Amino acid sequence: MIQAKGIIKSFGENHVLKGVDVDFYPGKTNLIIGRSGSGKTVFLKTILGLFEPDGGSIHYGEEVLGEMSKQRRKTLRQEIGMVFQGGALFDSMSVAENIRFPLEMFSTMTEHEKDARVKFVMDRVRLEGADELFPSEISGGMKKRVSIARAISMNPNYLFCDEPNSGLDPETAIVIDQLIQEITHEYGMTTIVNTHDMNSVLEIGDHVVFMKEGHKVWEGTNDQVLGSTNADVEDYVFKSKLFKQVRTALRK
Amino acid sequence: MITNFFEGIGAYALLMTKVFRRPDRWKLFYRALVKEIQLLGLDSIGIVVILSVFMGGVVTIQTAFQLSDDPLIPTYYIAMATRESITLEFSPTVVSLILAGKVGSNVASSLGTMRVSEQIDALEVMGVNSASFLILPKIVAQLLFNPILIIMSLFLGLWGGAMAGDLLGLVPFEESIMGYRLEFIPFENAFYALIKTVVFAFIIGSVSAYSGYTVKGGAVEVGVASTNAVVRSCLAIILANYLLTDLILTS
Repeated sequence: MIQAKGIIKSFGENHVLKGVDVDFYPGKTNLIIGRSGSGKTVFLKTILGLFEPDGGSIHYGEEVLGEMSKQRRKTLRQEIGMVFQGGALFDSMSVAENIRFPLEMFSTMTEHEKDARVKFVMDRVRLEGADELFPSEISGGMKKRVSIARAISMNPNYLFCDEPNSGLDPETAIVIDQLIQEITHEYGMTTIVNTHDMNSVLEIGDHVVFMKEGHKVWEGTNDQVLGSTNADVEDYVFKSKLFKQVRTALRK
Repeated sequence: MITNFFEGIGAYALLMTKVFRRPDRWKLFYRALVKEIQLLGLDSIGIVVILSVFMGGVVTIQTAFQLSDDPLIPTYYIAMATRESITLEFSPTVVSLILAGKVGSNVASSLGTMRVSEQIDALEVMGVNSASFLILPKIVAQLLFNPILIIMSLFLGLWGGAMAGDLLGLVPFEESIMGYRLEFIPFENAFYALIKTVVFAFIIGSVSAYSGYTVKGGAVEVGVASTNAVVRSCLAIILANYLLTDLILTS
C-alpha cells in the first residue's frame, strides 16, 4: 500500500499540490484523474520520489520515503515499474533487450533464467515474435505493451502508469487498460494510473481519485463516478456529448 | 549572463560528480564502451584520414611559399617546419576541433533525444545512475580512442606533406624524410601532443554530454543543445589549448 499524507509541493510561486491525502490500495488499479494543470503529474512524480515534497510524507508500506537511506531508495526503485506516456523505450535496443535491461542491471539471475523471464513477460503482454524488432519498427500499442513488459519484468510491487493509452485508437486503448488491470489483479501490485481518459476510468477504475487545482476533491470507484453528485466531478465527467447522453439515459 | 555562466559551470561540475561513479554493472559498462568506441572513434577515422593528409599538404605548401625565396635555406628545413606545425598544433588541435563538431553534436543530440523522450527518466525510475550509465562510456571511449586518432593523424599529416612537396616539386620526398628526422625530440613533441589530445577528448565528451543531458523541452531544444555543444566544446578547446601551450612549452 502507498499512502500520501498532506503532500504540499510548489515551484516558486506556483503552488501545485496543496495538501493531498490519498491511500493507494494493493491489488487495485488506482486512477488519478483531473484536468490538465490539476497537479496529477506532479503528484505522481512526488510519489515516485522524482520530486521532493515541501510538506507531508509518502509511505511505502511501513516505510516513509523521505526517511529512507540512499541505498534503500535505490532498492525501492527496483520494486517499482513505470509505464511512461510515450513508452520511453531505449531506441538503441531491440524489444527483447529493452525488457531484459532491468534484469541485466539488477537481478542475480543466470542467463538462462533471464531468457525465460523475458519470454514469460513477452507472452504475458502478447508480444510473441517481436523480440528482434526495434522501437522505431513497432506501433504505438506495441510500444505500450513493451513498456508494460519492461515495467513488470522485475516482478515489481508497485506499478506506475502515466497516461498509458494516450495517442492510441479506442480499441487498442481498451486492450492496454485491460492488460494493466489483469496484471494488477494477478500479481497483487499497487498500481497507480495517471489519466484523463474517461473510458479508462469506467473500464479499470477500481479506485478513482479526482484532483482539482492541487486538491483531492473526490474519491470512489468507477461504478460511483457516474452517479457522483460532486459538482466538479460532474462537470469533468459529463463534459462530452457522449457522456451527457449517458447521464440523460441514466436519469430516465 | 555572468550569473548564468557560473551557474552553468556549477551544474557541469555537479554532473561530473555523478558521472564519475563506479558503474552498477561492469559488463554493461564494457558493452556500452565498445559501442561508443565504434560510434565515436572508429566512425571518425575517415574524416581524420582525409583532413590529415590534406592538412599536411597545405602546411608544406604554405611553408614552402614562405621559405623558398631564400636560396640559403635548405629545402629539408621546409619539412622540419611542417613537422613542428603538424605535431605541436595542427594534428592535436585542428583534428580535435573537427571531432568536437562531429562527435560533440552526436553526443548532445543522442542524450538530448533520450531526455525529451523520457528515456533518462525511465533509467532514473529504475534506480540507475543515468549520468554515469550514459556519459561515462562516452568520455572513456574518447579518452582511449582520440589519442589513437591523433597519432594516426600525425603520421598521415607528415605523409601528406611529403607527398605534396614531392608532387609539386617543392621538396623531394627523401629530403622531407630527412627534414622530419632533423633535431626531432620524439618524447617531448609526442608527449605535448598527447597531453593536449587527452584534455581535448575530455572536453569534447563532457561538455557535449552536459549540453545534451540537461536539455529541457522538445525537438527544437535538442537542436539548440547540439549547436551549443559544438560551440562550447570549441571555445573550451581553444582556451585549454592556450593554457596548455603556456604551461607545457614555457615551463
